Amino acid sequence: MISSFFFYLFAAVTCLSGLMVVTSRNPVHSVLFLILAFFNAAGLFILLQAEFLAMLLVVVYVGAVAVLFLFVVMMLDINFVELREGFQKYRTLGIVIGIILLAELFTTFFQLAGDSGALPETTGVHNTAQLGRVLYTEYVYLFQLAGLILLVAMIGAIALTLRSRPGVKRQSISDQNSRRREDTVRLAKVRSGEGAEAKEGSH
Amino acid sequence: MMENNWYIELAWIVAKILAVIVPLLIAVAYLTLAERRVIGFMQLRKGPNVVGPFGLFQPFADALKLMAKETILPAGADKTVFMIAPMLTFVLALVAWAVIPFDAGMVLADINVGVLYLFAISSLGVYGVIMAGWASNSKYAFLGALRSAAQMVSYEVSMGLVIINVLVCVGSLNLSAIVEAQRDMWFAVPLFPMFAVFFISTLAETNRAPFDLPEGESELVAGYFVEYSSMSFALFFLGEYANMILMSAITTLLFLGGWLPPFDFAPFNLIPGPIWFILKICLLLFVFLWVRATTPRYRYDQLMRLGWKVFLPFSLIYVVLTAGYLVATDSLPGLIG
Repeated sequence: MISSFFFYLFAAVTCLSGLMVVTSRNPVHSVLFLILAFFNAAGLFILLQAEFLAMLLVVVYVGAVAVLFLFVVMMLDINFVELREGFQKYRTLGIVIGIILLAELFTTFFQLAGDSGALPETTGVHNTAQLGRVLYTEYVYLFQLAGLILLVAMIGAIALTLRSRPGVKRQSISDQNSRRREDTVRLAKVRSGEGAEAKEGSH
Repeated sequence: MMENNWYIELAWIVAKILAVIVPLLIAVAYLTLAERRVIGFMQLRKGPNVVGPFGLFQPFADALKLMAKETILPAGADKTVFMIAPMLTFVLALVAWAVIPFDAGMVLADINVGVLYLFAISSLGVYGVIMAGWASNSKYAFLGALRSAAQMVSYEVSMGLVIINVLVCVGSLNLSAIVEAQRDMWFAVPLFPMFAVFFISTLAETNRAPFDLPEGESELVAGYFVEYSSMSFALFFLGEYANMILMSAITTLLFLGGWLPPFDFAPFNLIPGPIWFILKICLLLFVFLWVRATTPRYRYDQLMRLGWKVFLPFSLIYVVLTAGYLVATDSLPGLIG
């Protein structure tokens, strides 16, 4: 009874915050509702006893991706009127995509509902261990390939943003650490009326 | 039978939660006093010693003062987000305690993915900061929030790799299993460099000195909570100190053997586990305060360099070394559960 209560709670909040993502006026609020939706989806995963996926969803999407997303949205200088016009312009396209996604979801759902043996039997091993075994044995090449794609994306992002402009003062740590006192500090006795430079060499 | 007992069960759960949270809040109050006293002694002054014996009632005086103040809502602020941010910070600092084991079996929720849960909750802490900074509609608060967010996200990466080091040695994500795996030797000994990296990362993760740039008062006034007053300010403060205690608890569980005594013979193993656990947390908290009293603040670019160019490669190489050693000596643990 309690788990079905939580299912309806998480599901309702997910749907509502999903709706608010699209409809709220302020883009920052949209992102915050998106985060709420992610978080409730993680709650649904926990009810399905997929606790590893739930934690991963929170760590990766909520903890990292959405933070950067929020970062960008906050820094943007957004014109709210233009934003509303964009909403009107893309409404038909959005509805079409939504219907397609919903249809796909329903076909999968009815296939699964007809086939009761679709979910694999739990063998008493926790799903973290199960996932690890499958990922690192059967699908190890695909797993490595995914990692490689991410690496390429990362190098690409760095290559696109890294530029060395002349005239920028940047600290080189090895130069800084190799500096000695003798190279930079000189004791000089300065007489009044004469600059320190005039007495160079005499201590 | 089940229908009759559910409210007793519920009351029992609430009692257990209160048994964790109330001592935690008292600990937070006394941590603020301890901080001022310890730093006072390190700087050859007395610190607060007037309210009550040895100043022991000072935290309550502070709390009363804060509650009596007016809660100011800035005119240009996004009011809802502005009020949610301190609550979020405080709640996140408390919910993480659900999975912390104080002794064998003495834990609110002994879940299989305890470490991941802690990691997930601590990665959410950044939202309180960002929301506060953005909703305040103030330059200082926003700059503080941006700094803090970048810093927390950066140091989480190396913290994750350090945790992987420990997990490779244990073979489970369950916190109790991690502590039990340290019965022969605490992980702080074989993984000492990782222990150091983890502790320094927790300093950065909790925005403590020397990484307290988000609230660098000399440049940003007070950082992300500059616009907050009264209880909303107090909630940020409580959250920050509760997070310090939480991070010390996590470090204790991962590296200092949790509730296990340092030596398994009398008189050490006569002292109950929770006492050892609390003592170890206190030791780490003292180091937190000690670091604050002795180190100057980092410069921002150096902070980022330390996180990304020193800690990240170092902990990554250490994962390879640890895993390589375990495979070579054929001592890789089997999956527990």
